[in-house]
Amino acid sequence: MITLVDYKAGNLTSVRRALEHLGIPCQITADPSVVRRADKIIFPGVGAAGAAMGILKERGLDAALKESFAAGIPILGICIGCQIILEHSEEDNTDCLGLLAGETIRFRPQPPSSPPPLPAGEGDSDSPHRMERERIKIPHMGWNAVSVTRPHPLLAHLRPGNEFYFVHSFYPQPADVSQIYATSDYGGEFPVAIGKDNLFAVQFHTEKSGKVGLKVLENFASWKT
Amino acid sequence: MLSKRIISCLDVRDGKLAKSVKFVDTKDIGDPVAKAREYYEQGLDELVFYDITASSENRGIMLDVVSRVAEQVFIPFSVGGGLRTVEDCSRVLLAGAEKVNVNSAAVKNPGLIAEASKAFGAQAVVLSMDVLKVPKSAPIPSGYEIVINGGRTPMGLDAIEWAKRGEGLGAGELVVNSIDADGTKEGYELTLTRLVAEAVSIPVIASGGGGKPEHLYDVLTEGKADAALIASMLHFGEYMVGEIKEYLAGRGLKIRMMKDER
Repeated sequence: MITLVDYKAGNLTSVRRALEHLGIPCQITADPSVVRRADKIIFPGVGAAGAAMGILKERGLDAALKESFAAGIPILGICIGCQIILEHSEEDNTDCLGLLAGETIRFRPQPPSSPPPLPAGEGDSDSPHRMERERIKIPHMGWNAVSVTRPHPLLAHLRPGNEFYFVHSFYPQPADVSQIYATSDYGGEFPVAIGKDNLFAVQFHTEKSGKVGLKVLENFASWKT
Repeated sequence: MLSKRIISCLDVRDGKLAKSVKFVDTKDIGDPVAKAREYYEQGLDELVFYDITASSENRGIMLDVVSRVAEQVFIPFSVGGGLRTVEDCSRVLLAGAEKVNVNSAAVKNPGLIAEASKAFGAQAVVLSMDVLKVPKSAPIPSGYEIVINGGRTPMGLDAIEWAKRGEGLGAGELVVNSIDADGTKEGYELTLTRLVAEAVSIPVIASGGGGKPEHLYDVLTEGKADAALIASMLHFGEYMVGEIKEYLAGRGLKIRMMKDER
């Protein structure tokens, strides 16, 4: 049985429907004592970090999630649930759960880059040439390819070029880069799947990414940490 | 880099699928939930449902369609048609849609865009605009005018100005629907789409006129659109999603391909 943490996240129902479609038993709860007894937890999310942390604290779910993580219970975070597991978010300047060291930061539009200045005395025939980057739109909304940078059982089915659906303006940046499992490229490479031990979290919406997304949920259901 | 999206639009009347041609004479062509599922399986990126139900008492049927789609289709979708208040928007989002699509009601009451954006986030609010080509004039400097009520009522509002205003009010995406091109299957209105895409920094979805894969290529490149809306190309079985995508990928566009999945 997978326990879905209810803290008024917008995609809670979509995640529940995806699990039901896959025939995976689940329950939704806002009760910290139910979260403490859970044997698997999905921590969904759509919304803003400040409001999300506010509701988690008000319901006592922040402490329950920290305890579950420490107790080795498998936890899957999605979108905001991937951002507020870090220590801090730039969104609303919010102190977060701190399950992993690091910070959630905002995409910054890239000015069109000019070729780097040449060191004096060097010819330009073999100088590094950068492609001019397209100015990015924020939020990052739509389908983007996810590249696995470190194998993980939840992403075992991915092939190069597989795409997932994203909607976000902030992204998670763990302090320890060995906790990054996958990245995407949007005006530069950024982490989209992070984790440590029994915790795994993805910035993309597994519940809205077609079959490759549903497979992440299936993998989580059978994940043995 | 984001892929260019292929979105299909399903017009729904009294719970059944309909396809409008130049906004008159609609005929039912099936079950929207079954169609949505079929396109999802074929690898479509996103769906839009427009409720064109005439009578308000039958509007509840749409919520049932939305919730049945959400149980079976695991890609994002938006719902529009007859959404006049934040409460109307809230109902379709709770039923399972990711986004709401506002059109005429937003022209009459632009505050709706701001209110919905504040309540649900900009990413959940799509401003759909119906546009007619007119002679350039002082009130319509671009020569593209906003019309409402399915194209019947000109509003004296410049389409480019309205697009910028919609973005400023908090819309997260724009659907630019050319009334002139709609139903012709002769290609999208490239000039209009490009003018809007260059005027705003939110994604622009081109609508109206798609009849061949080349038309999508043109509007996604020359028209600078982020996504293209298609309807009859798919609804009448002329094309499968996969062949349109293969064509576009073959011409070098970044497209989400399902064949790479397992």
